[in-house]
Formats: sequence, structure tokens, C-alpha cells
Amino acid sequence: MIAELGLAALWLAAALAALQLVSGSLGLTRRGTAMSGVVRPLAVVQGLLALLAFGCLIYVFAVTDLSVKLVAANSHSMKPLVFKIAGAWGNHEGSMLLWVTVMGMAGAVVALVEKRLPEPTMLATLAGQAFVSLGFYAFLLLSSNPFERLSPVPPEGNGLNPLLQDLGLAFHPPTLYLGYVGLSVAFSFAIGALITREVGPAFARAMRPWVLGAWIFLTIGITAGSYWAYYELGWGGWWFWDPVENASLMPWLAATALLHSASVLASRNALRAWTIMLGVVAFSMSMIGTFLVRSGILTSVHAFAVDPERGTFILGLLAIYIGGALTLFALRAATVTEGKRFALVSREGALVFNNVMLSAILGIVLFGTLYPLLAEAMGAKVSVGPPYFNPMSALFAVPMLVVLAVGPLLRWRRDKFARVGKALVIPAMLVAVAGIAVVMIGGVSLLPFLGLVLAVGLAWASFLPLRDRNLRRTPLPVWGMVIAHFGIAVALFGMSCESAFTVEKLVAVRTGDITEVGPWGVKLDAIEPVAGPNWTALEARLLVRYGPDGKVTRMLPQSRSFWAPPQQTSESALLTRWNGQLYAVLGGEGEDGRWQLRLWWKPFVPLIWIGGLLIALGGVFALIGRVKSDVRRLVAKGRIADRHEGEAQLGMRP
Amino acid sequence: MMRAAYSFVAGMVLALGLATGTPGMAQEERSTAPYAYRQLDDPAKEEQAQDLMETLRCLQCQGQSIADSDAPIAGSMRSLVRERIAAGEEPEAIRSWLIERYGDYVSYAPRITGLTWPLFAVPAVLVLLAFLLLRRRFGAKADEGGEA
Repeated sequence: MIAELGLAALWLAAALAALQLVSGSLGLTRRGTAMSGVVRPLAVVQGLLALLAFGCLIYVFAVTDLSVKLVAANSHSMKPLVFKIAGAWGNHEGSMLLWVTVMGMAGAVVALVEKRLPEPTMLATLAGQAFVSLGFYAFLLLSSNPFERLSPVPPEGNGLNPLLQDLGLAFHPPTLYLGYVGLSVAFSFAIGALITREVGPAFARAMRPWVLGAWIFLTIGITAGSYWAYYELGWGGWWFWDPVENASLMPWLAATALLHSASVLASRNALRAWTIMLGVVAFSMSMIGTFLVRSGILTSVHAFAVDPERGTFILGLLAIYIGGALTLFALRAATVTEGKRFALVSREGALVFNNVMLSAILGIVLFGTLYPLLAEAMGAKVSVGPPYFNPMSALFAVPMLVVLAVGPLLRWRRDKFARVGKALVIPAMLVAVAGIAVVMIGGVSLLPFLGLVLAVGLAWASFLPLRDRNLRRTPLPVWGMVIAHFGIAVALFGMSCESAFTVEKLVAVRTGDITEVGPWGVKLDAIEPVAGPNWTALEARLLVRYGPDGKVTRMLPQSRSFWAPPQQTSESALLTRWNGQLYAVLGGEGEDGRWQLRLWWKPFVPLIWIGGLLIALGGVFALIGRVKSDVRRLVAKGRIADRHEGEAQLGMRP
Repeated sequence: MMRAAYSFVAGMVLALGLATGTPGMAQEERSTAPYAYRQLDDPAKEEQAQDLMETLRCLQCQGQSIADSDAPIAGSMRSLVRERIAAGEEPEAIRSWLIERYGDYVSYAPRITGLTWPLFAVPAVLVLLAFLLLRRRFGAKADEGGEA
């Protein structure tokens, strides 16, 4: 019954989206202005209906209603409740429902709060949002109905992959989806502004919070995903340039570029066409990411060819939206001028440079990710991995990081290096000192070397924009920028240290044996069996000590066996110190009764994720600052309007 | 990464496809090759081997290098790499030998061939494009500024 309610809500929401598209478009014409009043309410109700459908899905998962096909295929009555609920979006159909829900809710919020833009632009934006939603509703209802029933009802479900039974992972996909969907709102704003020829600062200000929000979620999603891969996969790697990772990185790169160009547009009325273009690209990257992940093409091009329905559907949507947007852009390009001009040495100049570099990195990641698929379609298999992506992206990332240190110090429009040169003396010296220090340590290859020295310089330079400011009166967005840029330096330092100084040790030991990894002494104290709610495990008790006279600490890595579905996983154990992490994994038992241990000492590795979180925190500061000043402006405007009204009523106007 | 959700799981399903019938076998499935889980005694050689292993693809998994996989074939390949490095072979020679045997797919470092040249052309084109774009944006204007 609940499942049918969900399905009905979904169909209704789709119908309302269609209505929203029609009435929004009609509202733009002279004869259809009467329709324009219903667009906002439609957007709100549509969002609520999608939310209701999603609630229904969560309910059937929470009570494990096995007569619903999706539940039977992905859940199990013995699972902990939190994973039952998370299971609702841990599969294809559920995750697409989550997508449309978030999209509907975002549309509702835009309809409720956005009052700055001219009404026609708003109508076009909401119609655009409805158009995009409609495609996804069609996808959901026609090819991946989450509420399909199953008969006969099976006695038990198939269970959820144990690797996915992890709290971090339960909330990882929704985080990324919030990011993807935020970019869809930016896309709709870009379309709305293009249609009504209103590409200007007001459009950029309306779009900016959505881009910022999307970017914050993407940053957190990527950071959390990377940490998950690090501790869960059990080999100490944190980034693999895997297509699925790249699928989340590409929208992030585009959103980062968009964020910066939107702020140029908002404050300087420049880079109009470029900002619109990035708005389209950012959402395209979200859709390409979804296509890569959802179509099954990554497993093999042939698997995709055998069951192409879903993939083709997403590709079709991609072609319609992106093709349509680009056509519109081409038609309107003549009327969208670049806006205000500026010199190379200026804040805008630095931002343009970094935008171009980010776009180039995006190009490399996109091409490197798609090329193996192209090659396979042509009948040859190639692999593209870290040896390609690392140097190729560094080619653009290194100049970008150098400019990142200087750019925020420059003035808008036109500036001279001589004015900011003095401030950069200390970071330049830090770079030199770090360079000499790393060369003296020795054995560090080029990329980590560059990463280390740039990180040190950038860490200092990122705080320079605060140097002549009264810290109490510094606006929040400036703090946000400083924190985010510092976060980049922190993450870069962590990445470079991990790559340059990691110590690995693979050993086979008997209980009681002591082994060493880097500065650590590790003793295998005992191996004991333990049991969890849906697994059993062998647990190693390791006694570890940092240096010859450090405190002895216990670490408990496990080798787990799940029974639904039957699978083995290694639960790594991590011990964090201020200067790094010790990573321990229990492997198998050898024939001679010795146990395999995999140990890594990774200096400063947590900085990678701390840096990622700092970047996101910077985004949060900027977002709060922007929203606060928007609200203040709205309130002030309301007051002025009230006063005018009052004066008019009193007949006191001159 | 939803790496977990997709590629990795798909890989696990593929890799453990054999094991589903006999879950008890899981432990025995690990590679028993001598250097699968054992490092070389010479740290310099081990580092060479490690660098090479990180750029070789596990043929049985989904998007993992042989340096981070528990699949038996990854273990065997690790052992092969370590033994050959220990015997004094150059890493690139080992890579070529593997490519000859398993095809380009096995190496994460694409070589420049008739098939892969676009991978290297694209960054070059991007550098050029970035240069032209920046020049168009600023080059003409610097002159303008100079004149003004």
C-alpha cells in the first residue's frame, strides 16, 4: 500500500513538473502572463510530492517489505536499522529517486526564497528546472521504478554488500548528490538568464549560493569518499584516479571554476559568457558522472551494450540538456558580451588564469577517463592511471597554485606586481628553505617535491589577504577564501608527504614476534575470534610503540567474514599521532602458522582530509556571509518600500 | 568514491565469482606465490618493485593496481615483479614483458602508440588552447593599455 502511495506521488510530481514547464514557458509570452502565478506554487508542491515518494521508499526499506522487488534485491531482515534505511539509496533506483527528491526540494526552495531576479528570468529558471526534473522523472518511472512489486514474495532478501555497510558510506552518495543537484540549479539559473538576456551581477548573486552549496557538498563528498577508500579497502591508498572517483572530481573542478568566475561577475560585471558556459559545463559533468556510474559502462563497454537501456536513457538526457543549452548559448552568444574589461595583472586576471587552468585539468581528467571506453569500443583495451593523471594534471596545477598565492592580493581591474611583491618575500623564502630541506632529506621525486615546497609557501601566502585588515571587521567571505586556500595548502602537504615518506612493511609473524615499521615497534600479542551482528571475525591484538620509549598502545585490525552475502573484508586499524598515522591490516594465516601483517607508517597523511574539510569550511563561511548580506539587503529593501508606502499614504511625498 | 558502490563491488563479485559456491575456500584463495606478501630484503629494490606494482593493473579486479589487491592473480603478479627485480631486471623491461603477454591493458602508464597518441595530444592541445585563450584575453589589451 505504501509502495503504491509512493508510486502515485511520483507520477503526480512528474505531471506537476510538466505543468510547471508549460506554465513557466507560457508565462514568458505576452498572452500567457496569467499562467505565471501558478509556477512557484507548482514548484513547491512538486518538491513535496517527490519528498513523499522518497519517504515511502525509506519506509518500505525500514520495515523490510520484501514484496517490493528493490527491497528483496538489496536488503535483509537481519541488518541493523540504520543500514536498512541507508540501503534505500544504496542502489540504482533508490539513488535516482533521491536525486529527483533533492532536485524537487531545491526547486521548491528557489521558488520560495528567490526574489531578486526579474520575474521573467525566474519563470524561465523554474521552467528550466522543471524540464531537467521531468527527464529524471521519466527515467525513474519508465526504466527504473523503485516501487515495483515482486510475486511470489521471497522469504528473505539478498542483503547489502558488506563493504557498503559502513556509516561513512551510507551518507556519502547523498552528499555527492546534493552537490550534483545544486549544480542543476545553477544550470537552470544560467538557462533562465540566457533566455531572458539578463546575464549580469544580479544573476550571479542569485546563482552563487547554490554553486557554493553544491561545491561544499562535493568537497565533503570527495573528502569523505577518499577517507573511506583509505581505511576500508585496506591497502592504504587514498586516491586511485578510478573512473568513479573522477566522476565526482570533474563536477568539483567545474564548480570550483564556476564559483570563482561567478564572483567576478557578481562584483565586477565581467566574464559573463564564460560564467554561463561554466554553469552549463558544471552540470554536464554531474550528468556525465551519473552516466559513468549508473550505466554500468565502467564494468565493461560490452556489459553496457548488452543492457543499454539505462545508459542510453541518461545519454539521451545528457544530449538533450547539454545540446539544448549549448544551442541556446550559441543563439544568444551575440547578445551576451564579455562585460567589463580588465588588465592581466589584476584580481580578475588571476582568476581567469586559474579558471583556464582548472578547465584544462578538467579536460585531462575527462579525456583520460573516457579514452579507455572509447578505445574499448574500437576494440582495444588500454588503461589510464596515476602515471598519466599525476604529471598531466600537475602540468596545470603547479602554475595554478603559484598564481593562487598571488591572486588574492591583487586589486580589481588593474594592479602592479611591485605593490604586492614585498608581502610575498616571506612565502618565497619559505619555498626556498623547504626546497633545500627536502633536497637534503633526499629521495623525493619531482611531483611530491613540488607539492611540498608549494604547500609551504601557499600556507603562508593564503593568510596574506588579511594583513592590512581589521580582523573583527573582515567580511566572512574573505575569511572563507583564506580558510579554503589554506586548506588547499594543508591537503597538498599531506598528499606530498604521503607520497614521499610512507614506509611500508609486509611481514609474516608468530604471536609474540616484534617487527618494526618506520619509528614504530609492533608486537603481535594474540589472535582472537570475535562476532558482530552479521559477521564473525579474527582479530589481531597488536601492541605498538612509537620510538624506543613511547607509550604502548593497542591496535585491533580484523579479518571479517560476512554471511549475507558471504564475503570477506579486512578491517584496518588506524593509530593517529600529530605527525601521521600507523595503518595495520591483518592478512591470512600461512601454512607454518605465521600471520600476515601489512603495516604502513604514513607521516602527515591525515592532513589530506583535514585540508579537504578546511576547504569545505571556507565554503561554509563564504556561504553564510553571502546569505547574510543577501538577507540584510532584502530586509533593507523591504523597509525602504514600507517607508515609501507610508509616506505615500500620509501624502508627505514632495 | 562511489568506487565502492560500483567498480569495486562489481570487481569483487567478478573476482569472488568462483568463491560463492565454496565460501569456506576464501582463505585459500590468497596467492601462495613466494613474494606475493613478502618484501624484498634490499630496500632499494623493494622500492623499485613497489613503484612498478603501483602502475600495473590487477587483471581480475575493477580498477585496482596489483599493489592494492588481495586477488590471487595480483599476488602472483607481485611475486613475479619482485622476483624479476631481484634478478636485476629493469622495471620498464618487466612492464614491456607484461604488456607483450597481457596487452596494453595491464599497464596504467599508457605508451605512445597508434592507439594512445590522443592521450598525449590532448594535454598539448590544452596547453596551446590555454595559451591562446589567455593571449586573446590579455595580449591585445596590453598593447591597448600601452597605447593609452
